[in-house]
Amino acid sequence: MSGLDIWLTIIFLGLGTFLLRYSFIGLVGERKFPEWMMRHLRYVPVAVMPGLIAPLIVWPQATGGETDHARLISAAVALLIGSIFKSVVGAVIGGMITLYLMLYLLG
Amino acid sequence: MLSRICNIVADMSRTRSVFWQGLRAGAPFILVISPFGMLFGVVAIEAGFDLIQTMAMTALVIAGAAQFASVQMLVDGTPVFVAILTGVAVNLRMVMYSASLTPHLGNALPWQKVLISYFMVDQSYGVAFAKYEREPDMMLNEKIAYFFGCISIIAPFWYGFTLVGGLVGSAIPPEYALDFAIPITFIALVGPSLRSLPHLSAASVSVIVALALSWMPYNLWLMVAAVLAMITGAQVEKMLGARK
Repeated sequence: MSGLDIWLTIIFLGLGTFLLRYSFIGLVGERKFPEWMMRHLRYVPVAVMPGLIAPLIVWPQATGGETDHARLISAAVALLIGSIFKSVVGAVIGGMITLYLMLYLLG
Repeated sequence: MLSRICNIVADMSRTRSVFWQGLRAGAPFILVISPFGMLFGVVAIEAGFDLIQTMAMTALVIAGAAQFASVQMLVDGTPVFVAILTGVAVNLRMVMYSASLTPHLGNALPWQKVLISYFMVDQSYGVAFAKYEREPDMMLNEKIAYFFGCISIIAPFWYGFTLVGGLVGSAIPPEYALDFAIPITFIALVGPSLRSLPHLSAASVSVIVALALSWMPYNLWLMVAAVLAMITGAQVEKMLGARK
């Protein structure tokens, strides 16, 4: 891996990522989406984020893809706190504390 | 005249308080952004990046998961264009973020839209979008202020802790389980919205499809899962609405 390789990656990944982010908000602008599209866009966060992390929770890379009880339990705790109490702070703190506690207890 | 000035001042202080609301809403994510940024700094240096390259990547790309993916591919000796495309593929979800923010922020000024795009990360997007859905009566300038409030507390910690990681530069023991900061973040972003049936259905489909298709290359599994989950959410919403 040369310095040029690194710089090419930085510049083109940066540019590409910006264009993805800018795509709709920059180019569509003021035009209104039809109602059916709005109804779908409402679910973007819950459609993307759970799927993105599901494999990371079930098959964590840190354990070589082995399902890990400490991670499963702490994910469940974060999910319960987040959904029942609607608390972002609680989910983050509760999840991380549970993770460390479980890693300590389960070794 | 006087009442007009009063209106402008009232408007400004309202916008300012919305900015602070956004900042407070973004603050919890410091707890997960910091270890994640630090981890990236360490990984990049270990991969052979110098400090300037590490910081340039963190500042220009500002998308942790894609940065990790590309660096890993370079380390593995993958051709550069494949490393770039892989990172871009990991970020394809940003197109959906951009589309769903458009009804809310599409009328912002051009320079604001450039900045919003640059700062469109999972946390700022997730927090702001949830707020816009909760409070549909927000004005455009309030929505913009909220978004910038949120990112203004997150971005400095992302840059700063990447720098710390790059300077420390040695492996963080796996016992610290920093890998799990990201799953916890996303759970925290999505959890509060899971109390409506359409949202819960969409999230469930997303998880099931993602796990079932995780053998697919280039993050295609995520795109398929996301599209099917969106359709699910919209259909369930329609069915519930029709029953009323």
